[in-house]
Amino acid sequence: MKIIVIGVGKVGYTVAEQLIMENHDVVLVDTSRDTLRDALGSLDAIGVSGNGATRETLIEAGVSESGLVIALTGSDELNLLCCLVAKRLGAKATIARVRNPDYHRDLDITAESLGLTMVINPEQEAAREIYRILKFPTAINVDVFSKGMIDLVSFEVCRGSTLCDKTVREAFSNIGYNVLACAVERLDEAYIPKGDFIIREGDIVAAMIPPNEITHFFKATGIPVKRVKEVMIIGGGVIAEYLVNELLSLNMKVTVIERDREVAKNLSFRFPQANIVCGDGTNRDLLLEQGLANTDAVCTLTGFDEENIFLSLYAKNTFHDMKTVTKVNKIAFQELTGILDIGSVVYPKYITANKILQHVRARQNNVGSSVETLYKIIDNKVEALEFHVAEDSLVAGQSLIELRLKKGVLIGAVTRGGKPFIPHGSDRLMPGDSVVVVTTLTGLSDLDAIIEDKYE
Amino acid sequence: MNNRRMILHVLGEIFIVEALLMLLPCITSLIYHETVLGAYLISVLITAAVGLVFVLRPVTDKRIYHRDGFAIVSIGWTAMSIFGALPFIFSGEIPFFLDAVFESVSGFTTTGASILTDVEHLSHASLLWRSLTHWVGGMGVLAFLMVLIPVTGGGGNLNLMRAESPGVEVEKLVPKANSTARILYGIYIFGTLLLFGLLVLGRMPVFDAVNITFATAGTGGFAVLNSSMASYSPYIQAVVTVFMVLFGINFNLYFLILCRRFRDALRSEELRAYLILFVSAVLFVTLDVYLDGIYATFGESFRHSAFQVASLMSTTGFASADFDKWPEVARVVLVGVMCIGSCASSTAGGLKVSRVLLAVKSAGLEVKRVLNPHSVNVVTLEGKRVKSEVVKTTFAYIVIYIMIFAISLLVVSFDRMDFTTNVTGVLATLNNVGPGLSAVGPTGNFSAFSPLSKLVFIADMLLGRLEIFPFLVLFTSLFRRK
Repeated sequence: MKIIVIGVGKVGYTVAEQLIMENHDVVLVDTSRDTLRDALGSLDAIGVSGNGATRETLIEAGVSESGLVIALTGSDELNLLCCLVAKRLGAKATIARVRNPDYHRDLDITAESLGLTMVINPEQEAAREIYRILKFPTAINVDVFSKGMIDLVSFEVCRGSTLCDKTVREAFSNIGYNVLACAVERLDEAYIPKGDFIIREGDIVAAMIPPNEITHFFKATGIPVKRVKEVMIIGGGVIAEYLVNELLSLNMKVTVIERDREVAKNLSFRFPQANIVCGDGTNRDLLLEQGLANTDAVCTLTGFDEENIFLSLYAKNTFHDMKTVTKVNKIAFQELTGILDIGSVVYPKYITANKILQHVRARQNNVGSSVETLYKIIDNKVEALEFHVAEDSLVAGQSLIELRLKKGVLIGAVTRGGKPFIPHGSDRLMPGDSVVVVTTLTGLSDLDAIIEDKYE
Repeated sequence: MNNRRMILHVLGEIFIVEALLMLLPCITSLIYHETVLGAYLISVLITAAVGLVFVLRPVTDKRIYHRDGFAIVSIGWTAMSIFGALPFIFSGEIPFFLDAVFESVSGFTTTGASILTDVEHLSHASLLWRSLTHWVGGMGVLAFLMVLIPVTGGGGNLNLMRAESPGVEVEKLVPKANSTARILYGIYIFGTLLLFGLLVLGRMPVFDAVNITFATAGTGGFAVLNSSMASYSPYIQAVVTVFMVLFGINFNLYFLILCRRFRDALRSEELRAYLILFVSAVLFVTLDVYLDGIYATFGESFRHSAFQVASLMSTTGFASADFDKWPEVARVVLVGVMCIGSCASSTAGGLKVSRVLLAVKSAGLEVKRVLNPHSVNVVTLEGKRVKSEVVKTTFAYIVIYIMIFAISLLVVSFDRMDFTTNVTGVLATLNNVGPGLSAVGPTGNFSAFSPLSKLVFIADMLLGRLEIFPFLVLFTSLFRRK
């Protein structure tokens, strides 16, 4: 599919990179020639310099034969305008990034008339991610499938857990309900475990668990669960605003530390129940005075990656059992964050890219077995995709044993008639089912591609 | 004062409106064949003549500035009260000038405090005039003027409204101040007619019903009987109780209801605080009165408590019972609700619930800030951020209010009355309630005070009704010239 990406900033670049890896034709549009030149130096795409909201530029980029226009410039208004013009010029679908909460609130009435297929709000997505992390403190990451009915929970196997040194089959058989280990990360390598895979201490396991069983599961397997009751957020930007809203709805005690007094006042107005503090988040005394020692979790959301990482390091290493969530903008730091002990890391850019990619894949497979959801887990080495089984799909009607799946492919969960279950070998896939596929292969865009013999 | 000619012009218009209003007691005296007709006619002539002299002077610059609005309101209300006192003097019903002015000011400011020992002795015309001043004073004379004629173009109207209407911040309901005044008076007249209808249905004599309606709507409190409201049927007392509470509610909320925005109206923070305060005060008083055994049944205790709380909280000042004889807790609660008063932009007086709410809220946040100096807090009212200037003005208002109370109390104390009388007397006039406790209780009156004290009470009533600031502007500009 031909895709036009307007605005080659941090997110634009990441999205374009992913799309190119997925074999799409990407046209980059940016006003700055230098930015374009730099991007085109490392991306296999073509570039058009100019204002993406003008007819001239868009026609030059080939808007009429494009399948999708993604507007990711720094300005919400410009993004909306780009999509409006592109739609008029014949773009089949448009995606706009809108980060201003004021606009975002009204999108239910404006999206249609602006011809928007999808609106992406990086801050809101990041906030949701953090919210999921804080909701289950032991879990490193929680992704949602089947409209929230199944969670893919990644967690670290700690010393003393009943899971240690057991095969997957032994470890999960006597829990009493369906839990499926989908992927394991060990020493930077990702595995899709078979039944005889032995789990070791320090492994990060991604498992399919029904949401209401998560707490029981952790209890049964001896992985410590400590509910987060008090959260300190350092940096009161837009992500913090969305996050506080979610956290307060869980009755958590929230403290926000923000440097700018006006921003702090705005937060205080919106969330009178939260403790809003105006001050420097890197001031150790201030943090201690505001009760850092008593909080269960710290989210570092300032505009500086260095500060965020540093603060998380400090919190994690000074206070035992402290849950930390660090926001990192620059991908260049990714290798470093893996080495450092800073808990969960949230990359708003990756989340945005994932969200867009998920949508692109779903669009591409409108007719066939379509991808409904896509998550990248375990440092993006493993993908979890949700497919819809079509009538004419190769897998339809087959039992799991009969299916000859490719190496590194696993069927995690099936949703039939709105009810999710973890399938056994004898279960058959039926047309109309939703199937979650966990795989180390990237770029999977069709359900039929999971079968070995299709390409042989 | 920037535009003196325009100030005089508007003052003239106010006097003419007053003269027109005085024609109503003239008609009353014709109906009842009373001799006071002459006194009223002379008063009408004098008031109208002064008004015409002011109005007929040519005015080129019709702008009204912020300060001018305050000047018009403060001078206008004072002068209007003096003209309103003329019929009492001419008819000989209240021979002393200061007493007559006291009665007239008490009327216009919807206080309802009286220096008369025997109200029933008054002519029908004078009784009606007293009640009518309540009705006009309740919603505001300048607002009334705006309903009749467009006072001025431009932003002048708002400056007048802002100076006259009570509350923390003045809001226009619709873009034009004239239309806003018309809507408010429309609601006011509707409420008045509804109350009148219900009172007549309860077999109240028509003349009494007219007077009680005016006095209730304006939350004034002048009655036609010496026993105030005690001798009317429980039905009438109940109707009046409900309407006193209703007229104490912010009129903007009635406008929201008119616009079918019921949810917005019910969500009003001030309304909720007002009703919570009312209900809890009624509970306290009822229990105290019932346990003290003043009334035989709980129902009767409740009926009288609700009436008294509604009366004092809406700063009306009617009495269905002699609450001065009630036990101490009830008396304290009654004095408390008297000071807080009702909602902003209603016809009632007092400090206003929204102002108290704002002060309490920001005081609470200030305590929080002292305990945690880095925490950031924002004062909100009705779901909106309140500017720190407004908070400061509110605290300034409360401080000035307390200072005025203290100075008045000191001056009044020279009359060697008891402490309760002095304190509640000042509070009753400053909050435009009417009756206080002890000698100025529901069965007493203000006649025993010295002329100096009466002057203080007059000043308190005007300061209370116009919420202090218009007079401060007037005084500062007087001093500045010298």
